[in-house]
Amino acid sequence: MEKHYLNRKLIILGLFVLIGFIFVIRLFYIQVVAEKYILSATNNVLRYITQYPGRGLIYDRKGKLLVFNEAAYDMMVIPMQVNAMDTAEFCRLLEIRIEDFRDRLNKAQRYSSLKPTVFESQINRENFGALQEKMFMFNGFFVQPRTLRKYTYPIAAHMLGYVGEANPSVIAGDPYYKSSDYIGISGIEKSYEKELRGRKGMKIRVVDVHNRDMGSFQKGQYDTISVAGKDLWSSIDADLQLLGEQLMQNKKGSIVAIEPSSGEVLCLVSSPAYDPNLLVGRIRNHNFSTLSEDSINIPLFNRALMATYPPGSTFKTANALVGLQEGVVTANTRYGCPGGFALGNGHVVGCHEHSGPLDLIESIQYSCNTYYCKLFKSILEKDGFYATDEDFNKWRNHILSFGLGKRLGLDLPSELSGNIPSSAYYDKYYGKNRWRSLTVISLAIGQGEILVTPVQLANMTAVIANRGYYIIPHVIKGLGKPNSVKSTYMQKHYCSVDPNYFDVVVEGMEQVVLGGTATNARLDSIPICAKTGTAQNPHGDNHSIFIAFAPKENPRIAISVIVENAGWGSSWAAPIASLMIEQYMNGVVKREELKERMMNGNLIRK
Amino acid sequence: MRREYGIFYRIDWVMVILYLVLVLFGWLNIYAAVYDELQPSIFAISQRYGKQLIWIGAALVIAIVTLAIDPKFFSQFAWLIYSGLILLLILVIFIGRDISGARSWLHIGSIAIQPAEFAKMATALVVAKYLSKIDLNLVKKKPWLKAAALIFFPALLILLQRDTGSALVFLAFLLVFYRFGMSGLVMLALLALPVIGILALLINKFILIGILFIGAVTYYILTLKKTRQLLIVLAVFAVSVGYVFSVDYAVNNILKPHQRQRINVLIGKTSDLQGAGYNVNQSLIAIGSGQILGKGYLHGTQTKYNFVPEQSTDFIFCTVGEEWGFLGSLVLIGLYISLFTRIVIIAERQRAKFSKVYGYSVAAILFTHFAINIGMTLGLMPVIGIPLPFLSYGGSSLWAFTILLFIFIRQDSYRYELV
Ligand SMILES: [Zn+2]
Repeated sequence: MEKHYLNRKLIILGLFVLIGFIFVIRLFYIQVVAEKYILSATNNVLRYITQYPGRGLIYDRKGKLLVFNEAAYDMMVIPMQVNAMDTAEFCRLLEIRIEDFRDRLNKAQRYSSLKPTVFESQINRENFGALQEKMFMFNGFFVQPRTLRKYTYPIAAHMLGYVGEANPSVIAGDPYYKSSDYIGISGIEKSYEKELRGRKGMKIRVVDVHNRDMGSFQKGQYDTISVAGKDLWSSIDADLQLLGEQLMQNKKGSIVAIEPSSGEVLCLVSSPAYDPNLLVGRIRNHNFSTLSEDSINIPLFNRALMATYPPGSTFKTANALVGLQEGVVTANTRYGCPGGFALGNGHVVGCHEHSGPLDLIESIQYSCNTYYCKLFKSILEKDGFYATDEDFNKWRNHILSFGLGKRLGLDLPSELSGNIPSSAYYDKYYGKNRWRSLTVISLAIGQGEILVTPVQLANMTAVIANRGYYIIPHVIKGLGKPNSVKSTYMQKHYCSVDPNYFDVVVEGMEQVVLGGTATNARLDSIPICAKTGTAQNPHGDNHSIFIAFAPKENPRIAISVIVENAGWGSSWAAPIASLMIEQYMNGVVKREELKERMMNGNLIRK
Repeated sequence: MRREYGIFYRIDWVMVILYLVLVLFGWLNIYAAVYDELQPSIFAISQRYGKQLIWIGAALVIAIVTLAIDPKFFSQFAWLIYSGLILLLILVIFIGRDISGARSWLHIGSIAIQPAEFAKMATALVVAKYLSKIDLNLVKKKPWLKAAALIFFPALLILLQRDTGSALVFLAFLLVFYRFGMSGLVMLALLALPVIGILALLINKFILIGILFIGAVTYYILTLKKTRQLLIVLAVFAVSVGYVFSVDYAVNNILKPHQRQRINVLIGKTSDLQGAGYNVNQSLIAIGSGQILGKGYLHGTQTKYNFVPEQSTDFIFCTVGEEWGFLGSLVLIGLYISLFTRIVIIAERQRAKFSKVYGYSVAAILFTHFAINIGMTLGLMPVIGIPLPFLSYGGSSLWAFTILLFIFIRQDSYRYELV
């Protein structure tokens, strides 16, 4: 009585088919419908390894290496591969605390347990040496080579600038930059970032589950090679820059020297300065906050481009030129000086003892205030007492053509424009037609609302040295190869004063040194043309200002020196400028005693 | 008489060809799974594909030898073979070597074999022998309990070797029992257990009990409200409720955290891609990245670079999915279903009950391996390490499956003489 259960054969066959069908549906879902698996597969296997190019090197004008790269290492971690290890030893080698170790590992873990993350950046060569021998003990950690900036001399920090990791807003705005990439943050590093950075490369490697390298992806056909950054040749003379920084130590102020014929900046000293090596590598953050918190010396502040001062009597050279151009004076025009210039309202612009009456050359030589008040008044009243506005603007446009009152356009970031006040400004301040030449008479002697930066002052000096033109000052004269300056920095910008008028002013400036207000700037071998100045400082002692160029014919250097709170222009600024000229022209300073005295002077009150 | 045509004409070539195709396809995929550009020689013996090639050669010899043996031998010596394998299973518990947590390998000289693989074949023989006894009354329960003991004993010994996967495969015999008259309720209960168990962990216990209650009432009304049925329904309901609570209690109070984690990952309650869920996730990534047409032979990246664990053994299907894509997987699943169906059809045409039961056993064992293995790689089953028949790397499993199948082919070739 055996039953055959034949329907059960069909149930069993049905079960086989059902399971097969379920598998096919599942496969259809994961292989055809869902996209997440194909994406995960790519992430699993391919590692994109950035090839960081070396940043371009920077040389000085004589070919001395100023900035180079030193190998540094980023410690990377792949959290999933980290095993039990001697954490204490690891932390000791890395010079971090054990708590930091855990925090960082957790942070990396949160980012990705399979992808490499920077655990500690910019380990220098010394620390790496000790670490390297023991790396085998630390599974999941590996080292990625990077480079750090290194500076041969502890000079020119403001101009060279520094490099740091690109911040999130930069990364968001420029697809080139990725997290932990370096970018120039100030100075040349910033303005020439695109040239210096080169081009990153990308190697695509295939890795197995243990993150072991299994070779290049598709025989490397998708790899890109990194291209090293372009080297830069700076116009800076390292020796001159060094001397400038030494002379300015313990003083606030600035020295800017320009080669007039080319606009090349020979030195760009801002004091107090700092050693650029302080802002490199792991010590950068700490040192940066120390430097930025120094509110008394503000060492990160680049005075050469960003500090503005009234030019004082140095401005008389420009006013003399405008006066000659406008025909209100000639070389022979003489004005008497009764010890000052009366404004008619009881106030007097004072002058100092000198023989009189003076002609134009002597007015520069002795820096007579009365002469320039009269000259300036003549310029503004050339078309009658009431035509001030128009004549003022004419004067202003002449002054602007010296490169004052606007950004010059140096190849450095953060330049300020200074200020040459406009008639609109006075209209607003005093009311339309409510001001006269006597109202603004302080402009005659470079005081009042007028403000210039040290680099503008040096550039104005270069205009005089060139007898009528300037080339925009620049600090880089070679991109990728020496002497390949951008065309912007080859173009001559002519001043609105006719070249013929310059010789008389130059003559006056020579007399300043030979027998005028700055005989202490005199150099026997080199004819120096100069002008002293004093910037009134409502907050303390006046600033000592000096402009000069040398030699008189075919000048090779034009310089501006500002020493804050140093008083009379010839006291500090003139000898410092003289030493700088000696250094640049002769390659050596022979007046050791003077140099020592200037270097040791401390004008920063504690 | 048909005898004069000889064995060559009488064996079922469909099964043989399906077998050969699967074995060779398996070897191609093992080659792909361990493929190494640095060591390109396809016959390098030290590599797994080299070894597998030797084992395939040996398997073919074993197949031919099996076909040459007198078919009556297997029914006559079923008990002896079964006893021998039981002895080996006991032996392996004491002298076997631990390989990845399980003690299931027996080393004879340089050859290592896994008796558990062969125990399935021996159990199939003895189950066929027992169920084909003429005086057996299969309407009663007692013979089924005895038959269950025959499969329980080796399964227990294998469980003692900590080879849970292989032990689970013995559940395949329930399908055979079902075909030959065991109550369908047993199958239903076995199916209901995991379903209710999973639901107990996924949804609110009291909602689940409510659903069970509605089910019980419905069943009672449909069975014409017999008083005897009421008691049974009530008993089943009570047991179910107890089961729901005990599953919940066991998982949350008795299991260790990592075991609980594994269960939660499996039923989809949590995902843990680094721990318990890692293998399955990597397996899905490999298969999923194959898309419709696959990446092409030897072009798989996930399996080649070892993202998939056990890729030449238990997870060999990943290589198929990645390199041959949806279409290749479809073909492979089709081949398996064809083989199982063919075995069932051939089993049904047997005149001898021994051959018929044995044939169903072969189909059920192969199917169980197929369902658990591919179910696991597709994330539908828990990770249970058992091989995919004929495809996975490994000598023991290949030889055991070969013997299992070719005994049946041999029986079939002799079906007119066997009664
Ligand atoms: Zn005077």
